[in-house]
Amino acid sequence: MAEPVLDTYIAEENLPYEFCPGCSHGKVLGALSDSLKQQGLDPTEVVIVTDIGCVGLSDKYFVTHAFHGLHGRAITYASGIKMQNPALKVVVLIGDGGCGIGGHHLLNAARMNTDVAVLVFNNFNFGMTGGQHSVTTPMDSITPTTSLGSTDAPMDIAGTAKVNGGGFIARSTAFDKDLPDMIAKAMNHDGFSLIDIWELCTAYYVVRNDFGRKEMMGYMDSMNMESGLLQETDRPSFQTSYKHIQTQAGEQKPMSGLVLETKFSSDLDKPIRIVLAGAAGQKVVSAGNLLASAATLSGLWTSRRADFPITIQTGFSVAEVVISPEPVLYSGIMKPDVAVLIAPEGKAKIARLTKAMEETDTVYYADGLGDADSDATQLPLNFPDSAKKELRKNISVLAAGYLTKQLSLFPFEALKEAVRQIQKPKIAEINLGVLAHFED
Amino acid sequence: MNNNRREMVDGAAAIARGALDAGCDFYAGYPITPASGILTHMLRELPKVGGIGLQGEDEISSIGHCIGAATSGATVFTASSGPGLSLYSENIGLAIMMEIPLVITISQRLGPSTGAATASAQGDIQFMRWCNSGGYPVIVLSPTNIPESYHLTKRAFKLAKRFRSPVFIATDKETVMTTESVAETEMIDAPDWPEIPDEPVGKPLDPYQVNGTIHHYTGSSHTEEGHITKDPDIIAVFNERLKNKIESRVDEISLVKPDLDIGAETLVLSYGVTARSMEAAVAQLRSSGEKVSALTVFSLWPIPEKKILDCLKGIKRIIIPEMNHGQYRHEIQRLTNSDIDLVGVNRVDTFLITPEEIMEAYHG
Ligand SMILES: Cc1ncc(C[n+]2csc(CCOP(=O)(O)OP(=O)(O)O)c2C)c(N)n1
Ligand code: SF4
Ligand SMILES: [Mg+2]
Repeated sequence: MAEPVLDTYIAEENLPYEFCPGCSHGKVLGALSDSLKQQGLDPTEVVIVTDIGCVGLSDKYFVTHAFHGLHGRAITYASGIKMQNPALKVVVLIGDGGCGIGGHHLLNAARMNTDVAVLVFNNFNFGMTGGQHSVTTPMDSITPTTSLGSTDAPMDIAGTAKVNGGGFIARSTAFDKDLPDMIAKAMNHDGFSLIDIWELCTAYYVVRNDFGRKEMMGYMDSMNMESGLLQETDRPSFQTSYKHIQTQAGEQKPMSGLVLETKFSSDLDKPIRIVLAGAAGQKVVSAGNLLASAATLSGLWTSRRADFPITIQTGFSVAEVVISPEPVLYSGIMKPDVAVLIAPEGKAKIARLTKAMEETDTVYYADGLGDADSDATQLPLNFPDSAKKELRKNISVLAAGYLTKQLSLFPFEALKEAVRQIQKPKIAEINLGVLAHFED
Repeated sequence: MNNNRREMVDGAAAIARGALDAGCDFYAGYPITPASGILTHMLRELPKVGGIGLQGEDEISSIGHCIGAATSGATVFTASSGPGLSLYSENIGLAIMMEIPLVITISQRLGPSTGAATASAQGDIQFMRWCNSGGYPVIVLSPTNIPESYHLTKRAFKLAKRFRSPVFIATDKETVMTTESVAETEMIDAPDWPEIPDEPVGKPLDPYQVNGTIHHYTGSSHTEEGHITKDPDIIAVFNERLKNKIESRVDEISLVKPDLDIGAETLVLSYGVTARSMEAAVAQLRSSGEKVSALTVFSLWPIPEKKILDCLKGIKRIIIPEMNHGQYRHEIQRLTNSDIDLVGVNRVDTFLITPEEIMEAYHG
C-alpha cells in the first residue's frame, strides 16, 4: 500500500450524491475513492471519464481531472487521453446502457488493448431515462419497453471484453469488499482492463422485477457468470506496441514531393485532353502518369484523374490527362481530343465521351475495338511489329509511347526521362525496354 | 513565376503535409473514398515524428479519440466525407461545447447517402455549418486547388487553436484525388493572406497534466471553470459567448479573392474546385471583350458578408456555380437586395461544372 496522498478523492462539497436511495452507484464511487487512496495517487495523475446516464453524474464528485462526453463514447475519449499522455491514469465509468450503444468501442478497445480501466456500472437497465431495457437486462424482465417480458439474450459484458483480447477482465458486484483492490489491479494493469460491476437500480429494475441483492447473486449463479478475475494476460498494451512502431518509423524518411524539373520543350499551343481507357491490371493509370510527367518535364502543365470501380482488380480502368501550355484550371473532360481504347471494359466505360467526340478528334483503338459509336476519326494503335509480344503485359505503356510519337506533344526522350524519374528502378527498366521498340 | 521546378502532387498529400507542418501530432480516421489518401499519409507519417495516427473502428470512435487526445494536449486532425460527417456530428457538438481545437477535412462526394461513389460534389456546405445540435457557428475553409489545400490546412490549425473550435476544410473528390503539376514555389511560399493571431480568443486550452491544474471537460452546460451548472443566467452567457467568439470576428476569419473588372455588371461567385471553372470562364469572357468580375470565397463560414458586399458595387447580376442545388446561393440571396439577379449554375450528375456552362449562364 502506497503512502496516502488524500483521505478521500470525493469532492465533499458536492455531496450528497444525487442518486436514489439504495442506488449502488454511490457504493462503487466510494470503492473507487478508496482504491485511489490505497494507490496513493495524486489527483492530477487521474482522469475520470464518465459516460452518460446516472453513472454519468459521477465526474463532479471527484477531485481528480474529469471528462464527461457523449453516450456510449467514453472509452474513445479515454483512449485518446491516454495515448497522448501515458503518464495519466485513465478510468472510465460507464453504464450497461453505454456498453450497448458503444459496444463497438468496448470490444475494439479490448482488441487494441489500450491502457484504460473501464468500470461498468451494470444495473440491468437505463436508470436515467426511466428504466428501459438495456443489453444486459435478464430475459423475461419487465421494463417500460418490455411490458410483457424481455425476449433478448443478455449480453455478457465481461465475457465480450475477454474474448476480444482485453488484458485484465473481472466481474464483481457493488457489494464486494475487495472492489477497491480489484480496481487498483485493473488500473495498474498495462493494457485494457474492465470490471463488470453488477449493481442495483432501486428506482426501476429492482422494484419492477423483485431483484434485490440476493436475487442478483442467484441470477449470477444461474447464468454461470462467476465473479472474480476472469482473464489476465501480458499481451503488450497499445502504448507499448505503438512505441515500437514509432521507433521503426522514426528511421524512415518523411514524405516529400515528387519534383520534376523542366528539361525539354514543347510547341503545344492549346490544351489537349486525353483519355486512356482499359481494364484493371493494364496499368492504365500509370501510363497516364507517364504522359503527364513527360509533359511536365517539357514545361507543360498537367492534371491526371483516375477512375476505376471499387472492386479495383476487375472492370475498367480509366486515366484522364489534361496537358496544357498554361496551368490547368478545369480538369474535367466532357469531350476528349484523343481517346485510346485499350480494352473492352474501358471502351464501354467511356462510350459517352467517345460519342461526344467530333471528326477533328481521334480515337486510337487496340485490336478488335475499332467500331466505337463516334464521329471521331478512328485509327488502330499501330505498334511496331517487334512490340507485339509486349501487348499482353505492357499495352498501356506502349500506348503512351505510341501517342507520344503520333501527337508530338513533347519529345520521346521526355517520356523516357519520365519513366526514369517517377518509376521504381525495376519497373523503369522494363518500361524503357518496351519503349525501345519505337526507336528500332 | 519560376516554374522550372514543378511538383506532381494531389490534394490528399497537400492536406497531410499542411497538417504535419502545422504541428499536428494526432490523427484518427476511418477509410472512405475520397478522403482515404489523407488517412494513409497521416498514419504513415505521424509515427515518424513521434506522433500518433490510428484507424478508429468508425468515424465516431475516430473523432472521439481526437477530442480525448486534444484534452491531454494533442494537436488533432481527422478527415472523412459526407457519410462520415453524419457520424461525426454528435461529437462536433461536443467539441464546440468543450471548446476543442479540432481540424476536420470533409472531402465531398456526390450523395445523398452512398450516392455515386465516387464522384465530386459540393453538397455538404450547409451540412458542415449546421451539423451540430443548437446550430453553433463553425469555421469552414475551402481550397480551390492543391497549393491552397496545403496553405489553408495550415491556416485551419491556427484558427482552430485561436478559436478553440472545430474548423472544417471543405474540399472534394476532384481536388483530393487528382494529381497535378504545381509550381514548387506555390507549395512553399505562403500566400499573401492576413496573419491569424496566435493568442486564443478567451482562455487557452488547459490540457490534463500530472501536477497541472485540475480540469473538468464536459459536454453539459458548465461554468467557465468546467463545473456543471443549471443556472439559466450562466448558461445564457456561456452560450452567447460560444456564438459570439466566432461571429464577432468574421472580419478576421474572412478570406476571399476578388478579381473585379471596373464597370462590370455581372459578378461570378464561386468556391472550391468550381472556382477554377469560374476563373477559366471569366478569362475567356474577358478575352472576347466582356466586362465581368469574379469572387472566390475561401472562408465559406462564417459568411464573409462585408467582403462579399464590397464586391457588389454596380453589380446587377450574380452567377453562382456550385455542385449542389444552390446551397451557397441561398446565403448570397440573404445578403443582396432584390435589384440583383441571382443565377445558379448547378450540377449533381457526377460531372464538374464546365467553364462553358458558366459562359452560357453569362450570355443568359
Ligand atoms: C445519443 C443519445 N441517445 C440517447 C440518450 C439518452 N440517454 C441518457 S442516459 C441513457 C441510458 C443510460 O443508461 P446506463 O448507461 O445504463 O446508465 P444508468 O442511468 O443506468 O446509470 C440514455 C439512453 C443520450 N444521452 N444520447
Ligand atoms: S434511477 Fe436507478 S441508476 Fe439512477 S440514481 Fe436512481 S436508482 Fe440509481
Ligand atoms: Mg444502467
